[in-house]
Amino acid sequence: MDYTPHTDEQIRQMLEVIGVSSFDELLTAIPSEVRCKSFELPSGLTEPEVVQTCETLAQPNVSLREAASFLGFGAYSHVIPTVVDNLSLRGEWLTPYTPYQAEASQGTLQMIYEFQTLVCELLQMDVANASLYDGASALAEAAVMALRATGRQRLLISEAVHPHYREVIATYLSGSSCTIQQIPQVNGVTDLEALNAALRDDVAAVLMQQPNVFGCLEPMAPASELTHRVGGLFVANVYPVSLGLIQPPGAYNADIAVAEARGLGSPVAYGGPGLGLFATKQEFLRRIPGRLAGCSVDQSDRRGFTLTLQTREQHIRREHATSNICTNEGWLCLRATIFMSFLGPAGLRRLAELNLRRAHDVVERLRQVPGVELAFDRPYFNEATLRYTNGKTSDAINRQLLKAGIFGGVPLKRWFPSLGDAALWCVTETVTDQQVDRLVDALKKL
Amino acid sequence: MTIPEHLRYTKTHEWARQDEGEIVVGITAHAQEELRDVVYVELPAAGKTVKQGDPIAVVESVKAAFDIYAPISGTVARNNAALQKTPQLVNQDCYGNGWFFAIRPSQPEELNALLTADGYAALLKTTAH
Repeated sequence: MDYTPHTDEQIRQMLEVIGVSSFDELLTAIPSEVRCKSFELPSGLTEPEVVQTCETLAQPNVSLREAASFLGFGAYSHVIPTVVDNLSLRGEWLTPYTPYQAEASQGTLQMIYEFQTLVCELLQMDVANASLYDGASALAEAAVMALRATGRQRLLISEAVHPHYREVIATYLSGSSCTIQQIPQVNGVTDLEALNAALRDDVAAVLMQQPNVFGCLEPMAPASELTHRVGGLFVANVYPVSLGLIQPPGAYNADIAVAEARGLGSPVAYGGPGLGLFATKQEFLRRIPGRLAGCSVDQSDRRGFTLTLQTREQHIRREHATSNICTNEGWLCLRATIFMSFLGPAGLRRLAELNLRRAHDVVERLRQVPGVELAFDRPYFNEATLRYTNGKTSDAINRQLLKAGIFGGVPLKRWFPSLGDAALWCVTETVTDQQVDRLVDALKKL
Repeated sequence: MTIPEHLRYTKTHEWARQDEGEIVVGITAHAQEELRDVVYVELPAAGKTVKQGDPIAVVESVKAAFDIYAPISGTVARNNAALQKTPQLVNQDCYGNGWFFAIRPSQPEELNALLTADGYAALLKTTAH
């Protein structure tokens, strides 16, 4: 696609119409402390010189290419097969959007349709949408949908749901009259007794995460059953790669399943764009947020694809729309589609096994290091909470490890002060044996 | 355009019929013509408490989706389950088999504030485009 900038004359005309004297004046509404500072680029540099200057500026960053990373906490680095770049970078695909005049883009709509089918199979749910911005907003959309579908005003959310997700939900619902009650965790998992005590027939939904933010496996099936007893909806936020081994949301009768699926074919990229999966049961089809691709036949009975059930959406239903999301993560959804079709169910299972085995090997080795212990004695997938008893803080340990080119586990005390000095360690299939040796050596030297 | 004499009407194009202790509600011939082919109707559950003017049902056509408002306060007594399988009834027989729900009114006098057939016909005339 060509990049055609505005001319100086066009910019001048636009500013004149809105009565602003310069582009900088247009930006004065943005607080100065968050505005872009000067990059101190001298004028008159050639393009290669600008590129070189920027590369020098970026050099202090340490990327996953150089470092051994044990970071997870919702953003998981997985191998991206070459076929994903090879196909997704083709010009025909390279757009972030669901198209306008959607039906003119049959290829894109068919891809979205296949994506939805794959998501339904992965999560074992009836219907999936064309994706949402990320896992956190997908979970917030699930909360909104549950409030509407039940007509109730109380949400219960486990403390063991990712804290960023809980914050996004609080922001999403800040204008709503509903109440959000947090259900505490005990020894690393949601306290089912506390959940049961909080469940009454005014509860719209219970929101839980599998594996949870500590890496532990939650008792999803009993929690789902307790929720259904009072007529509430059970909402599961899951980790797609784990589903190669762990029960999918459909197996424990979840009403809505959401996930962050960037790990399916896209890099973590400094926390960069996410890919929210959203799936539900058939009975809630018309309450689903976002876009849906459907399959139909044209006048000559040929198979065709279409954006369907658009009466749910904002351009038709206005303020009564199911959501104000009218788009999807088109390109990441394409990459996930290629990734999932390439791996298939057997490949996904193998990937999950690799993660599980490697993570358990590493955690066992780390536990042998004096002063490192497992915080919770619970089954886990590829992430576990470790506690340091050697008198060192997790921040100090991570600073030391960084010198050895290692990103240590995410310190949790900022969100969970009661855990003491604990950190969340993640091991995916991308971690090599040599990197693990380096880590164990570095920890022993602390 | 049919506007039966024995019904009362709202400005939002619902009709209301007194049927023993209940008020049966549907949408008018004008409304279903404007909507065209109805493909889905979402109905309130029996037992739900509603206030006059609350949006309590949704009707969706190939063209648009609209809320249906309670013409009177009370409790939902019944809904027309047949619409779930056969939403076309709204187009085929909007004053009969295409009814939406029935309300047991808590303030029956609210019915008097609704439009008569003449009043509704006049409303349609003024809003005609």
